[in-house]
Amino acid sequence: MTKLAQWLCGLALLGSAWAALALAPPGLQPPAPLRQALLPLPVYLLVAFGCYSLATVGYRLATFNDCEEAAAEL
Amino acid sequence: MGTPTRPGHPACSLGNHSRSSGIDFEIIIIDDGSPDGTQEVAQQLEKIYGSDKILLRPRAKKLGLGTAYIHGMKYATGDFIVIMDADLSHHPKFIPEFIRKQKEGNFDIVSGTRYKGNGGVYGWDLKRKLISRGANFLTQVLLRPGASDLTGSFRLYRKEVLQKLMEKCVSKGYVFQMEMIVRARQLGFTVGEVPISFVDRVYGESKLGGNEIVSFLKGLLTLFATT
Repeated sequence: MTKLAQWLCGLALLGSAWAALALAPPGLQPPAPLRQALLPLPVYLLVAFGCYSLATVGYRLATFNDCEEAAAEL
Repeated sequence: MGTPTRPGHPACSLGNHSRSSGIDFEIIIIDDGSPDGTQEVAQQLEKIYGSDKILLRPRAKKLGLGTAYIHGMKYATGDFIVIMDADLSHHPKFIPEFIRKQKEGNFDIVSGTRYKGNGGVYGWDLKRKLISRGANFLTQVLLRPGASDLTGSFRLYRKEVLQKLMEKCVSKGYVFQMEMIVRARQLGFTVGEVPISFVDRVYGESKLGGNEIVSFLKGLLTLFATT
């Protein structure tokens, strides 16, 4: 399976689970407070991933070694 | 070894290192007609160390990295091949560490990494570092390749592994190095890593323009969709 297919599978799985809960018919709906948290969950996850990405790249950028000695050695 | 730009004395220092460490070696220098005197330096080294140790295999014009590997590999007689830039971006002092690492885990490939341990770069400004880190992060997320540095070229390969990979890999530029690791994983080869320092000698010219970034992204997405 290609990496693209793996991603699509994962997203489809999560997406359908979310859709089943969020778009369930009124009788089968989860309790209201849970539902309120559930509806914007994909957006929260996206934002959290974005923050994680920025933080990781930022941290690694800040800690990227400058090899002064290596340059001097050569 | 490829010599993208300038002559230095890497082979000289490589010779000294290898002699003192008791490693049986030969150095194959591929020079694509660089106008900076690489050939003269290499010829001098050939005289000093002998033509069984220094194999100068120049080509008439720039023909690309992949074909340079194939060209050089034809003359390699050993079981393992270390590929490095001969412009002193890569320090030969790391080669014994590559060999130690290889023996430690019997790896098929040992890849130098700028992103781990004491590894690092020299001569990059903040923007260059940001692009490098960003591209690396994106690659790690999309491909999960199991190696931290995918675009570096300082690596040790088992000879038959390199041969097999050369048959499979079709990308150009940075993506070529990336494809080597990704395909290696796909074929079930093992990859070890050694921190290295990369001293950029050619920074500032055409190395990282918008075109490079676009072709990198294209290559990344191609690998993402096909491997």
